[in-house]
Amino acid sequence: MSENNRTPLLKVDDIHVYYGSIHAIKGVSFEVNEGEIVTLIGANGAGKSTTLNTVSGLLKPRMGMISFKGESIVGMGASRIVAKGMALCPEGRRVFQQMTVRENLEMGGFTRPAEEIPASLEDVFKRFPRLKEREKQVAGTLSGGEQQMLAMGRALMSKPTLLMLDEPSMGLAPILVEQIFDIIKELHAAGVTILLVEQNAQMALSVANRAYVLGTGKITISGDAEQVLNDDRVRAAYLGG
Amino acid sequence: MVSFLRFLINGISLGSVYAIIALGYTMVYGIAKMLNFAHGDVIMVGAYIAFCAMSYMNLPPLVAVLLAMVVCTALGVVIEGLAYRPLRQAAKLAVLITAIGVSYFLQNMALLIWSSNPKVFPSVFNVGQIRLFDGNLVISSETILTIVANIVIMIALTLFTGRTKMGKAMRAVSEDKGAAELMGINVNRTISLTFAIGSALAAIAGVLLCSSYPTLQPTTGSMPGIKAFTAAVFGGIGSIPGAMLGGLLLGVIEILGKAYISTELGDALVFAVLIIVLLFKPAGLLGKPMNEKV
Repeated sequence: MSENNRTPLLKVDDIHVYYGSIHAIKGVSFEVNEGEIVTLIGANGAGKSTTLNTVSGLLKPRMGMISFKGESIVGMGASRIVAKGMALCPEGRRVFQQMTVRENLEMGGFTRPAEEIPASLEDVFKRFPRLKEREKQVAGTLSGGEQQMLAMGRALMSKPTLLMLDEPSMGLAPILVEQIFDIIKELHAAGVTILLVEQNAQMALSVANRAYVLGTGKITISGDAEQVLNDDRVRAAYLGG
Repeated sequence: MVSFLRFLINGISLGSVYAIIALGYTMVYGIAKMLNFAHGDVIMVGAYIAFCAMSYMNLPPLVAVLLAMVVCTALGVVIEGLAYRPLRQAAKLAVLITAIGVSYFLQNMALLIWSSNPKVFPSVFNVGQIRLFDGNLVISSETILTIVANIVIMIALTLFTGRTKMGKAMRAVSEDKGAAELMGINVNRTISLTFAIGSALAAIAGVLLCSSYPTLQPTTGSMPGIKAFTAAVFGGIGSIPGAMLGGLLLGVIEILGKAYISTELGDALVFAVLIIVLLFKPAGLLGKPMNEKV
């Protein structure tokens, strides 16, 4: 395929991230091409969220390169990166608890012109009818599943080319996890490129094209999702044998 | 009865000034999670600017107030940028001590520029007075204006934070800076804006305060500043309606306490009330219970 000579949408090259003196990410490299679902799996504390937070600009790598759409975004700051077309739906959802569902979504569209907001709101409400019902409700009163939908809807309000999801299934009942993954597949079908961080490795690998396995700050295994799914080391460590 | 009404109205007027100052404390606390102890001194600077504009430059009062607002807005943004922003990741204690330092800095600058001799603040506004009960109860221009200004500011701020994009962004930042940044909100700029608004309000408060209590000196802002801070805590720090309610209640308690209990103990009474309220409602009257984020 021609993928090899195309510049990837996101290219992370040998990044090192520290928390104070703790070396949390020790040279992680990976790529996400346009139209893919790529998943980053690994145990608790392996550095998955740290990696996403670094890509999104919330954390700054001490070394290494991150480029998005061919442009370096290291040190750019999260608020400017969003406007470039990258959205992170953060771990733990982090919806604005004291603001209404609608206000949360409006904040998601902060970087976009005011006249485009109504149409985007409609799109999000069409995808998540539950949010329309709860439009005027304060986000803190929503259930966990609804908050996850709100967090995803809010991220979509910025019309991202690349949507990064950090543990979208965390703390949700199995039926809701299924729903969330259905939505991920729909978004992908609608042309959104997705970088997915998950603890539920089985689920993540079942929807992804490619996967990277992160073990204490380093990529240990990578390849097509199917290949990773059948890797003995992965099976032993993350899929329960 | 008439005298009680007079005290009550005076209390509401003084409370309105506290409320306007308390808004600055509470908005800054809400968004930057810091106590800006220099806020009271910004009031003093505002009052001096208005004083100079009227007494030396012979500008009309309204222009003088606008000038004071512009200067204080700039001052607030500069203080935030130079003194507090570099400490955004620092320990809370470091920020607090810096704020105290800024407070002394402003007082000493004022001492240098305007000396310690008290200035007599000119009567700023004359919108006429209201006479009730056959002239037994006179409500002065200053009182009317202070109360009206308070109501207008309250409505304007409520509309700003509830309806405008930047106002909503401000609420988003005060809830979760990281998430707000992920929305594309420039957190530093939003914090600057909050300081700007708080400082502009401080200028208004300074003029209103000195219109009713016309002795102006470099320490003029400290005591009202501390009381307004108390009002903000009383109402629930971080809450805009809380600052309003706290300010008004504090003003009324202070004036009624001075009138009916003891002039000397008026201030002590104010703080006694604060302590009692905090014993029963640690988050203040309208404050939300703290849920510290990890």
